[in-house]
Amino acid sequence: MASVRIPTVLRKHTNGESRLAADGGTVGEVFDRLVIEHPGLGETLFDQGSLRGFINVYVEDEDIRYLDGLSTSVDGNDEIAIMPAVAGGA
Amino acid sequence: MRFQDITQSIGNTPLVGLPRMSPDGYEIYLKLEGANPTGSIKDRVALSLITDAEERGLLGEGARILEPTSGNTGIALAAICRQRGYHLTCVMPSNTSEERRQLLTLYGAEIIDSPAAQGSNGSVRMAQELAAADPDVFMPFQYGNPANPRAHEDGTAAEIIADLPDLAAFVAGLGTGGTVTGAGRRLKAHNPDVKVYAAEPQYGDLVYGLRNLDEGYVPEVLDASVLDSRIKVDSRKALAATRQLASREGIFAGVSTGASLAVAIRVCGRLPEGSKIVAISPDGGWKYLSTGAYDTGDVDDLSEDLENTLWA
Repeated sequence: MASVRIPTVLRKHTNGESRLAADGGTVGEVFDRLVIEHPGLGETLFDQGSLRGFINVYVEDEDIRYLDGLSTSVDGNDEIAIMPAVAGGA
Repeated sequence: MRFQDITQSIGNTPLVGLPRMSPDGYEIYLKLEGANPTGSIKDRVALSLITDAEERGLLGEGARILEPTSGNTGIALAAICRQRGYHLTCVMPSNTSEERRQLLTLYGAEIIDSPAAQGSNGSVRMAQELAAADPDVFMPFQYGNPANPRAHEDGTAAEIIADLPDLAAFVAGLGTGGTVTGAGRRLKAHNPDVKVYAAEPQYGDLVYGLRNLDEGYVPEVLDASVLDSRIKVDSRKALAATRQLASREGIFAGVSTGASLAVAIRVCGRLPEGSKIVAISPDGGWKYLSTGAYDTGDVDDLSEDLENTLWA
């Protein structure tokens, strides 16, 4: 099962859990399973089926926007990380 | 090298090979931006922002300037403002290191604290509110000002092309996005096959403690289409690479350097053997000594303790 890192701001939708696990061959499939159990997540992550602009998703540290988006494939032990877009230090 | 004043000594930084840390068959070079006069790559940006504003007639005698910054841009602006007689106020997250506050104060800048729990997003928001309420103040706004990436297009990247015309890839950290955007554009114009990678710090939970996601922020200067990938680096990996850089190559750098170096090492595997990679070292480690990042001890323990202050 892929493990999914949940940022603080979304933990209100996951009963405070910082890490969830779900099966799925792609990021989209893993998210579909998570959303069944945690419907609040779905509304926050997606706007009409696409990821919201202020949400970044990484598979094994790589931004999925530069891979295959929600179709990016995941292996059993991969870590998917959800992170809000923030202004970097400068 | 002789210069008429300090601002003329900005840029032309050393590009230094890492013979011990480069994976076999690859050559990684670090561009040591800590060699700039106030010790960071932001000297280039600050000079570009101020010069641009002067050319557009936005800065009169004794002008007041306001900018959100976590330190380096503020310090660089403060030095130039001193030299040119402007008054600078920096809006900075309250958890930034003591050294940065001391330097800003030394250069005569004023500091307004924004809440630590809102990270740089909080500084940006507060500075925008303050600037909107005070029409006489000028905000260069590095996150949205094209003069920021231009400094890297005209300076950073041009120097890299002169020193290493056959580079295959470029790595820099993501803060405002100015370095990857400006340098990336120029490098791809030089050779469309050059790969551009952004190293994105994975900040501690504190920094992501936004009240809701609508308060997220994507800097306007970041042109995401220039990137070939964007790779996040956690505190542990960044700190481990930073410390190895000191112990194996004799280079004392800040933690963002470790993040870009970790990405440079990671992407070697997807480039042809013999490739040359340039990573940016935005600053030296001096301003972070008080955070404990360089203390003796276990990297795992240290990075956990420091997660919320390391990148601030």
